[in-house]
Amino acid sequence: MNSASAKVMSDNGKKSYKLMIVDDSNIMRRRIERSNQFEELELVGTAGNGVEALEMFKKTDPDVVTMDLTMPQMDGIECISKLVALKPAVRILVISALADKATAVEAMEKGANGFLNKPFTDRQLNEAIADLMR
Amino acid sequence: MLQEQELKTFVEGTTNYFEVAAQQPASIGSPYLADTPPAVHDYTGVISISGKREGVVYFTAPKAMLTVLLMKMQENDFSHETMRDLVGEVANTISGNARRDFGRDFVISVPSVLAGERPEIPQKPGARSFVIPINWRSHSAKLIVSLT
Repeated sequence: MNSASAKVMSDNGKKSYKLMIVDDSNIMRRRIERSNQFEELELVGTAGNGVEALEMFKKTDPDVVTMDLTMPQMDGIECISKLVALKPAVRILVISALADKATAVEAMEKGANGFLNKPFTDRQLNEAIADLMR
Repeated sequence: MLQEQELKTFVEGTTNYFEVAAQQPASIGSPYLADTPPAVHDYTGVISISGKREGVVYFTAPKAMLTVLLMKMQENDFSHETMRDLVGEVANTISGNARRDFGRDFVISVPSVLAGERPEIPQKPGARSFVIPINWRSHSAKLIVSLT
C-alpha cells in the first residue's frame, strides 16, 4: 500500500483525503457522512463491522477512518490494530457510545488518534475531524 | 438489584440522548419497579449486559415516535429496517454511556432488536425490572433496566 499516494489533488488544486466510515448502524453511517463539513474529505467506503472494514480498507486505502467499537464479527478495537498495522499513517477517529476512560485509553494505545462519544452534535463531530486532520 | 444512583445513570443517559441526538429534550417520568415483565411497544432494542453485572437494558418505542425521531435526525428512510436500526442504536448509546459510571466491566452486547407487541425479552431469573418512562413530543417510550 503506497501511503505517498494517499493525498490526492482534487479538481480545484486542494489536497483531498479519503474517508471510510465504520459503524454497524446505517443511520449512524449516513449521519457521519451528512455531517461532514470538510470538502477535502471524500467518502470512499463504509463498513458495518471490523471484517468488512478490513476488506474495504484494502480496496480503498483511506487516509481517515471513523470507527465504532461495539460491532458484530470483529469489534472496533481489534479492527484498529489491524488497520494501523496495514497503514501506520492512517488517522482513526473512534466514535463510540462506550464512555469509560479505560476504553478510550485502550483505543488510543491500539493506534486511534481521537475519541468522540455518542451522542454527538455536528459541531462536535467536525471539531473532532478537524483535530484529527491537523 | 439496581441502586438509586445507578438508576440515575440511566435516567441521565436517556435525557442526554434525546437532548443531543434528537435535539429536543425528553421528559422522564418517575422510574418504577415492575412486578411483572413490562409491556413493550412496536420496536425494542435489547442490550445484554455481562461482566460485573448481568442482565438486560432495553429501549422500547412506538413506530410513530421513531418516525419523528428519524425526521429530527434528517433521515428520510422510515422502513422497518431503519426502525430496527434506530432502537438498537438508542439502546446501545444509553447502555454504552452507562459505562462512564459503571466502568469497563459493564460489558454490553451488540444490540438485538425485537418487533411486535409480545416479544420474548431475555431476562435473568429473579431479576426485576426498573421502568424509566420517557415522554417525547407527545409520544411515550420506555427504557427498562433489569440487572443483578
